[in-house]
Amino acid sequence: MNAPLWPAVFGRFGWMDLPFVRAWQDPSVSEIIGAGAGGLVVFGGLAVVVLVTWLGRWGYLWREWFTTLDHKKIGVMYVVIAFVMLSRALVEAVLMRMQQAAAINAPGFVAPDHFAQLFTTHGSIMIFFMAMPFLTGAINYVMPLQIGARDVAFPLLNAVSLWLTAGAAGLMMVSLVIGRFSTGGWTGYPPYTELAFSPDVGPDYWIWAVTLGSIGTTLSGLNFAVTIYKKRCPGMDLMRMPMFCWTSLCTAILMIFAMPPLTVATALLALDRYLGFHFFTNDLGGNMMNYANLIWLFGHPEVYILILPAFGVYSEVISTFSSKELYGYTSLVIATMAIAVLSFTVWVHHFFTMGQSANINAVFGIATMAIGLPTGVKIYDWIWTMFRGRVRFSVSMLYSLAFMMTFVLGGLTGIVLAFPPLDYLVHNTLFLVAHFHNMLIPGLLYGMLAGYNYWFPKAFGFRLDETWGRISFGCWVAGFYLAFMPLYVLGAGGMTRRSQAVFEPAFRPWLYIAGIGALVLLCALVTLFVQLWVSIRNRESTRVPVGDPWNAGGLEWSIPAPPPEYNFAVIPTVRDRDPFYVEKEAGNAYPRPKRYEPIAMPANSMTGPALGVLGAVTAFGLVWHMWWLAGLGLAASIATIIARSFVRDLYRIVPAAEVGRIDRRWRKEIDRAKPIGRAVEGTPANRGLAEVEAA
Amino acid sequence: MSAVEGIHPGLNLAHPHAEAQAETETALFGFWVFLMSDAVIFALLFATYGVMLHATVGGPTPSGVYEIGPALLETVILLTSSFTFGLASIAMKHGAPRRRLLGWLGVTLALGLAFLVLEVRDFLTMFAQGATPMRSGYLSSFFALVPLHGLHVAAGCLWLAVMMVQVVVFGIDERVRINVLRLGLFWHFLDIVWIGLFSVVYLQGLIR
Repeated sequence: MNAPLWPAVFGRFGWMDLPFVRAWQDPSVSEIIGAGAGGLVVFGGLAVVVLVTWLGRWGYLWREWFTTLDHKKIGVMYVVIAFVMLSRALVEAVLMRMQQAAAINAPGFVAPDHFAQLFTTHGSIMIFFMAMPFLTGAINYVMPLQIGARDVAFPLLNAVSLWLTAGAAGLMMVSLVIGRFSTGGWTGYPPYTELAFSPDVGPDYWIWAVTLGSIGTTLSGLNFAVTIYKKRCPGMDLMRMPMFCWTSLCTAILMIFAMPPLTVATALLALDRYLGFHFFTNDLGGNMMNYANLIWLFGHPEVYILILPAFGVYSEVISTFSSKELYGYTSLVIATMAIAVLSFTVWVHHFFTMGQSANINAVFGIATMAIGLPTGVKIYDWIWTMFRGRVRFSVSMLYSLAFMMTFVLGGLTGIVLAFPPLDYLVHNTLFLVAHFHNMLIPGLLYGMLAGYNYWFPKAFGFRLDETWGRISFGCWVAGFYLAFMPLYVLGAGGMTRRSQAVFEPAFRPWLYIAGIGALVLLCALVTLFVQLWVSIRNRESTRVPVGDPWNAGGLEWSIPAPPPEYNFAVIPTVRDRDPFYVEKEAGNAYPRPKRYEPIAMPANSMTGPALGVLGAVTAFGLVWHMWWLAGLGLAASIATIIARSFVRDLYRIVPAAEVGRIDRRWRKEIDRAKPIGRAVEGTPANRGLAEVEAA
Repeated sequence: MSAVEGIHPGLNLAHPHAEAQAETETALFGFWVFLMSDAVIFALLFATYGVMLHATVGGPTPSGVYEIGPALLETVILLTSSFTFGLASIAMKHGAPRRRLLGWLGVTLALGLAFLVLEVRDFLTMFAQGATPMRSGYLSSFFALVPLHGLHVAAGCLWLAVMMVQVVVFGIDERVRINVLRLGLFWHFLDIVWIGLFSVVYLQGLIR
């Protein structure tokens, strides 16, 4: 191939962009780790392709999963993405901990540039491709069931959101194999990420992965909010909605209004890098403070996008496993809304030290502390919900308890950081790193894992293994404390965050403890997968086909497990809060429908996967300056959208006879099952039919 | 079956049955929410423009490169296109012959394209005077804000063309009705944004 043709076709790609070639040329430990990670992605991808081909399941995957518009399956796929990305980002965290423990007055084994990529991908993945897909998946699965709807308001848009997120996550994985990732941290601060300092493809991978993901999230938020406003079943007033729906609504509103600032920030950075604009450059009038404001105008509401759904999960779990209705429902609703509003008023606390006046810092410091108030209300409400309840220490409940203890601790260090003079002392140190992990691990991860254990039986029809669940829980909690409490000490002692090497021997014991903590967290991840494996193997003894394994009160428990495609054979009518519980007490839990109607469900569509793949292809072309590929991808995306607008067969009718057949089969299960008390819900006797006990 | 008329964003139509009404309500509310999210993008770019207005670094200044004539003409054209889109919506609402709906959509499309041609001519004139986005922070912010509106108008034009084809192919079925209503919201929204651009960018820039 002659010289001018290569860049026209392959952009700025060269053989040295492959980690395998780099490791061949320079076989250092750092490069070999990079090549190993790239090899793992290639090998893992190939293994999946071979396995699916060998099982002959491509058609099944395509029909039942990839092209589906069913909110439940889309929710499950989101959670699968979250687990895959969690695995990668956790391994990266362990590598960083090992490096710091090994690099005390020594070079360690990870080169500085590689280390910078590790903390950038770890942060970006944990926020955008672990936390966001996990909570979006949970809302997708649960919220429509809780409000008595058959699907979300815009099922196709839902699939598009999923596939844009998947395409973006795929781009993150590709960056391990082709090229390198950004070294600019998960917030990608310019001017460091500008061409002048980072001319490589790294920041471009970051920009386009985040942009694709954020578009998907904006559309998800829109979809959830409209679903909650327009798709509630008769009688489901706003103030009768389960708490999880309230937190979903607030999260959705935050997504609608807080994701655009991120899109603007990444788009303007892209204009700087691609077309020579001067938004955030050091010269010609650029001003990086604009970037700091834009990214945190997104970044702070984002914290509550992450935490609010977990608050919803805890509200459901604590109420169910305390065998009581939720204490202070109205105050929880008000507190949630207050948090959502206040979250837009505190963004400057992310850069107290960047030169605004003391008065501005004071205002934002006070606003930040004010958020502690509604959060405190919530903690008290949950405690009062448990008070005099019959608390069962299931895995979900254990996560909720660990959350309450740990989150309050993190909140206290948050108050320290919200106080500008103190922030000046510990900013940019591991104290901050400890603080936000202290908020997000209990405030997001524990919540999602609690929800995973709580709703898994609904989604798949069998319970998760309690023993392995407890082991995993123990590792997540012990690992968290071991890994992050030392970071408070180190941070207060002045150790800056993102350090590749350490020159203070006094830090050694703390870094060792944190390293051990990281290994315990790795065990937590492994045992989480063991739990899933064991649960699948033992599924015959843990089936709950009737659908109410925990004697809970929400509508989602009033239908079979797993639910039929259309969720409700007959759309329910709600008379109260905790509607299913009310009906159980009235002895009317499973009313027989007088007759069955045909149900129109959204027909499958390949628009979602097509747009996801084309979006990722466009992004890849942009990253590597393969302009023909980017142009082709964009044109094909537009063509796909137009083509879809011409489709007229949007629905598939489930005939009344089919609905009746499925419903009658389920009713046979109900007749066969023996109602069980709460004390034995962890035993094989639990078939998902709860015994109504005296109050 | 009696006609059902409910209230939703945009022009309210009489619907053949309650389900169509509910579907239209949901679809238009959803699109409204999307526009509000889009409005945040414009708001932030307006703010960025305001912050960077003084970062001219010795290069072209607003009063040096803006021209009131073309900007005013663009305003008139775009506002007129909003009016003609309104006539298209009314034609659809009252079941006028398909020709009339197509005609008004066609006039709107022509006006939209005229707007785009004039706007691109403006940009080229600015480029010729050395006012390129690479010159200064101020010009960067101008060329992020104003062309983004232009890009929206271009997308709207493409959408208009697609809808005209669909009116011919499908007639005015349920989906065509919903999408014309959505497009209407979109088109009028762009008008409102342009009024902001004309006042905040062009008028303010020329007064200084």
